[in-house]
Amino acid sequence: MIEGISIYEILALTTILFFIGVYGFVTRKNLISILISVELILNASVVNFVVINKYLYPDMLQGVFVSIFIIAVAAAETALAVSIIINLYRQINSVEVKDTEVMKY
Amino acid sequence: MERIIFYILALMMIVAAIASVSSRKMLRSVIYLLFVLAGVAGVFFLIDYNFLAAVQLTVYAGGIIVLMIFSVLLVHHIEMKLEVAKISKRISVALACIIGAGIFIVTIYSYDFNVIGKATTTTTAEIGKGLLSYEAGGFILPFEVISVILLAAMIGAIVIAKGNKLESNNTETK
Repeated sequence: MIEGISIYEILALTTILFFIGVYGFVTRKNLISILISVELILNASVVNFVVINKYLYPDMLQGVFVSIFIIAVAAAETALAVSIIINLYRQINSVEVKDTEVMKY
Repeated sequence: MERIIFYILALMMIVAAIASVSSRKMLRSVIYLLFVLAGVAGVFFLIDYNFLAAVQLTVYAGGIIVLMIFSVLLVHHIEMKLEVAKISKRISVALACIIGAGIFIVTIYSYDFNVIGKATTTTTAEIGKGLLSYEAGGFILPFEVISVILLAAMIGAIVIAKGNKLESNNTETK
């Protein structure tokens, strides 16, 4: 644990990061920007898992394992999303959300 | 000392995150995201999970940021500015987010966490043994599932990004 820092402050920090991610997810109109916001949300949850593991159950490692799995799934998801975005750009020459109106290609 | 470092990191992360979701230039917003991810790695170093901080730096700051920069450079003109949402929509969403964050923070501060003030250092060997043990509390099954997911994502990314264009080129050359 961090000396002089309680669990409340770290949880407040991750809450703020999470809601900044939600704000970006709703207001952005570009697929890559939405992907960036999703990364922010995922990262806030990873920090939550790790901090709760460290402060409340210091003898166990479950939070560390779960956060490693989240990081791996996020990496796979980003690779797939980027490939979909590039393919979409080839088909319709745009990555704006309003231009992607059909799913059939 | 650690307290000051944590506050600096937290300030940097919040400022960079806000800049990342509000910047109108695509590439800058990816670079701001890099600052947030590096700050998260710094928090992991502070709470003494060195292996996790290394994973965060290599996978996120190394891999995902490079992927995003590639995609930005492939699909965007650098000088192009992003469309932004209507000001009324942005204000209403920001208000909703502030209210939500306020509710979350009030709930967190009113809950009495049973904090155990014990400083234990976790070695990488313990994490590896826990990941590969098949006894109670071991994580061998999710570990295998994750490896299958990574393989499937790799194949899927190649197939999707290859697209139809390459196929038609191949048939033309035949």
